[in-house]
Amino acid sequence: MSGSFVIDSLAHAVFWVVVGIVFAGAALAVFPRNIVYNVLGLILCLTGVAALFLYLGSFFLALMQLLIYVGAICIAIVFAIMLSRPLHLEVPKRRMPKLAAGIGAASIFFAAIGAVAWKTAWKPAAERGADWTITTIGHLLLTRYALVFEVISLVLLVAIIGAILTTGFSRRLSS
Amino acid sequence: MNSLSVYLTVAAVLFSLGLFGVLMRRNLIGMLISIELMLNGANLNFMAFNRFLAPEPAVGQIMALFIMGIAAAEAAIGLSIILALFRRLRSINVERAQRLRG
Repeated sequence: MSGSFVIDSLAHAVFWVVVGIVFAGAALAVFPRNIVYNVLGLILCLTGVAALFLYLGSFFLALMQLLIYVGAICIAIVFAIMLSRPLHLEVPKRRMPKLAAGIGAASIFFAAIGAVAWKTAWKPAAERGADWTITTIGHLLLTRYALVFEVISLVLLVAIIGAILTTGFSRRLSS
Repeated sequence: MNSLSVYLTVAAVLFSLGLFGVLMRRNLIGMLISIELMLNGANLNFMAFNRFLAPEPAVGQIMALFIMGIAAAEAAIGLSIILALFRRLRSINVERAQRLRG
């Protein structure tokens, strides 16, 4: 009995630590002016979100988050930084009115969304399945969501070809 | 800890920080990073609703997977556009890319 209580409180504490990691990573991804810090903050934040997916009961999605976001997207951003050397280029600071307007817009949005999230009486669905397995996800992907799956594949293919063409043609034009 | 509103608040904070970043940064790569933060907020919302409210737990996970695919495509095409722009302008400040301004 006491053992499960200890484990529960430990999980509770670790949850808030993970939330802190997510916030710290997000702040690090937005506020510093050095772009390398931004990428490191993004990696920290996405790893924290993967841990939150574990708390939400989906091991598969946590793995996919690590694999796709941290493993692919962040590394691609690091490559872009290496290729474009933006560290030596100074971007002038924002002026105060624009900064205030940005903070105002973001906080108005946050207040609206937070009010909706806290004021609504969320009701769970009447019948809730307990089928969290990857097998079901695979079945649904190939039956009910087959069209969306195909469209996503097409979008990815077009994105890859477009990326190659964009960078390749611009090199030919500028040289 | 395990209530829907906590997760929704975390996702709202992520989205708001991303929105602030998109509005404030002038570094194109910084804007791309902020957009990734916003997509992650949406993803977290899908997973939270999936865990606490949805009738079928597989559907929310599939939606989150689709968002990840879209994010990967967006990052690939965005980074290639940034590289092409950098080659022409020698800068990744958005305010320098004004040739199409009406």
